[in-house]
Amino acid sequence: MNNGIPLQYFLILASIMFFVGIYGFLTRRNLIGILMSVELILNSVNINFLAFNRYLYPDRLEGLFFSLFIIAVAAAEAAVAIAIIINIYRRFSTVNVEHVNEMKY
Amino acid sequence: MTTDFGYTILIPLIPLLMFLLLGLAGNQLKARLSGLLGTIGLGIVFVLSYYTAYKYFFATEKIAGAFSKISAFDMVWLRFSESLHINMGILLDPISVMMLVVISTVSFMVHIYSLGYMKGEVGFERFYAFLSLFSFSMLGLVLANNIFQMYIFWELVGVSSFLLIGFYYQRPTAVLASKKAFIVTRFADLGFLIGILLLSFNTGTFDFNILCDPQGAAIATGSGAAFLGLSVMTWSLIFVFMGGAGKSAMFPLHIWLPDAMEGPTPVSALIHAATMVVAGVYLVARLFPVYIISAPDALVVVAYIGAFSSIFAAVIACTQTDIKRVLAYSTMSQIGLMMVGLGVSGYGGHDGLGYMASMFHLFTHAMFKALLFLGAGAIIHAVHSNHMTEMGGLRKYLPITHITFLIACLTIAGIPPFSAFFSKDEILVAAWHHDKFIFAVEYIVAGLTAFYMFRLYFNIFWGKETHYHHKPHEAPAVMTIPLIFLAFLSVFSGFIPFSKLVTTDGIPFEGHIDWSLALPSVFIGLVGIIIAMVMYKKETSLPDKMAATFKHGYKWAFNKFYVDELYMFVTKRIIFAYISTPVAWFDRHVVDGTMNGISWLTNAFSFRIREFQSGQLQKYGFVFITGALLLTFLMVYLWT
Repeated sequence: MNNGIPLQYFLILASIMFFVGIYGFLTRRNLIGILMSVELILNSVNINFLAFNRYLYPDRLEGLFFSLFIIAVAAAEAAVAIAIIINIYRRFSTVNVEHVNEMKY
Repeated sequence: MTTDFGYTILIPLIPLLMFLLLGLAGNQLKARLSGLLGTIGLGIVFVLSYYTAYKYFFATEKIAGAFSKISAFDMVWLRFSESLHINMGILLDPISVMMLVVISTVSFMVHIYSLGYMKGEVGFERFYAFLSLFSFSMLGLVLANNIFQMYIFWELVGVSSFLLIGFYYQRPTAVLASKKAFIVTRFADLGFLIGILLLSFNTGTFDFNILCDPQGAAIATGSGAAFLGLSVMTWSLIFVFMGGAGKSAMFPLHIWLPDAMEGPTPVSALIHAATMVVAGVYLVARLFPVYIISAPDALVVVAYIGAFSSIFAAVIACTQTDIKRVLAYSTMSQIGLMMVGLGVSGYGGHDGLGYMASMFHLFTHAMFKALLFLGAGAIIHAVHSNHMTEMGGLRKYLPITHITFLIACLTIAGIPPFSAFFSKDEILVAAWHHDKFIFAVEYIVAGLTAFYMFRLYFNIFWGKETHYHHKPHEAPAVMTIPLIFLAFLSVFSGFIPFSKLVTTDGIPFEGHIDWSLALPSVFIGLVGIIIAMVMYKKETSLPDKMAATFKHGYKWAFNKFYVDELYMFVTKRIIFAYISTPVAWFDRHVVDGTMNGISWLTNAFSFRIREFQSGQLQKYGFVFITGALLLTFLMVYLWT
């Protein structure tokens, strides 16, 4: 099965996901959207890890563990971020970053 | 010879300790207790000083018939380099031991007296703390073994004088007077500092022992480069004398002394009559070998300034009505006399008569002038006024003050056998042998002194019968005992054989009274007294007639010859208007303007660029990622 798909395809997929994530991170004004973009970036990195692990060192497992670790961290980060977003929503009644500007200058 | 004088370090340290104790913990103590503590501290110093004097003069062997200079304590205080360091030490020689006795006696008496005089005043413990600070600095000044240490303590006495003149700091006149005293003496001290620097640069030492050794190398280097016809050594000593003239209220730097009478009367007695103001005389006496050997021209300046100041002040004193001001001008006049004594003196043996007489007069003057001031304090205490126009007939109410004041007046008038007769007579003898003109001036001053002192005396204790709001009462015992003690000293200290104790080279010589000069001086003193008696003993119109006859002269003297006004004119109209104002304008507009301009520019620029700091994380992210991509592009494609 792994002979069917070359490594480059995985990398292209990861790059596309990464830049989609960057684009979303920069252009989205909704906090939830930004958070989702960050998740995309993290997952594109996960794909890279797994693909390199499988193709370059098939007899070792570090890449796998690393991606599992990233998933765990991402889950924790999402929990914290959503908690913050909920608090921001309670405080400002909005999740638009441009309206949350009390600390400006 | 090696008698141990190590304990003398305690003499300045005890007052310092008292100052720290009273200054830091004074408001926790009861006022009475803090006064007593200060007095006890000074009492110990008093005992130690007398013990030192006894031991130094009578129990220490002389070397080759001369009193030796004993270095009781010496340590390096500030080391700049191997050859340049400032020491702190104690030097005992005849004049410093004599000054110890003077300072501790007067200071102790003033401490006791103030227990009564200052009773119930706000800041009683502050007063005692300052008195202790003053005693410490004055003792350190006279014991100094090098000129820089002397300078340090010189400034310290200046500060304590400032603090004590301004003791009643709620009173604007006292504040002004203390500022004036500080600024005028500071200005003079600038001269002193320049003098010290010139002197030590040319001689290579600060140490009095090396500096004042007549055979030493320091004095031999004297005649070097010349400026305006006088050697550098002469200039440096004239500058040093400028410092002394400022402290000792010599013309034209005397203007602070009369105003300094705003301070409490015991302070006037201690600082502005007996001790601090004679520091200038002490300074010249301390450097006397340098003056006489390498710069006799500077001594001529000393003599003439002294002579002029003494007659100038004596004339003013005849017209003033504030009793403390009369005494202040009298002090200035007497210090002028001491300066004359130094100025006309030679070196060694009987030639050094003027020096000896000057120190002698310093000693007796300290006693009788402190007595006069403390007596004036008792009078002010009783009458609640400084003006003799509001007094009269007080002899019935204040018997002890009356007798002691009379003794002091007779003393200052030079009537034998009171002490000033001996000391003043010897200054006159020295002046006669040296410079007849100065002798003539001082002879007139002797007559004027007797006149104005008895004018004061008769106006206060005789004269018209004044009705007082409440009956004046004699001062309490703590105030009269110092008066009696000082009166005792004024009467008998003339019999101290000074010529055997304090001489230029330390070798005693036989002093004797030259009756051919002493009798005329007693005569003119008596003339002065009689004139004063005729004019003021009963209330007559004579004084007014006299004033009317010499209308202009009287007006000038009454207004102190307009010296203050001259100073005000020079400073306000000339210096402030033509120098300070343009300088201030330059400072406000050019210097400040540059700085303000720079800050305005920075402000405007940062206002423009503050939008970069938007707080929008996404903008930052955009910039960051663009940068990262650009860098990647550069690294990958353009890296060679």
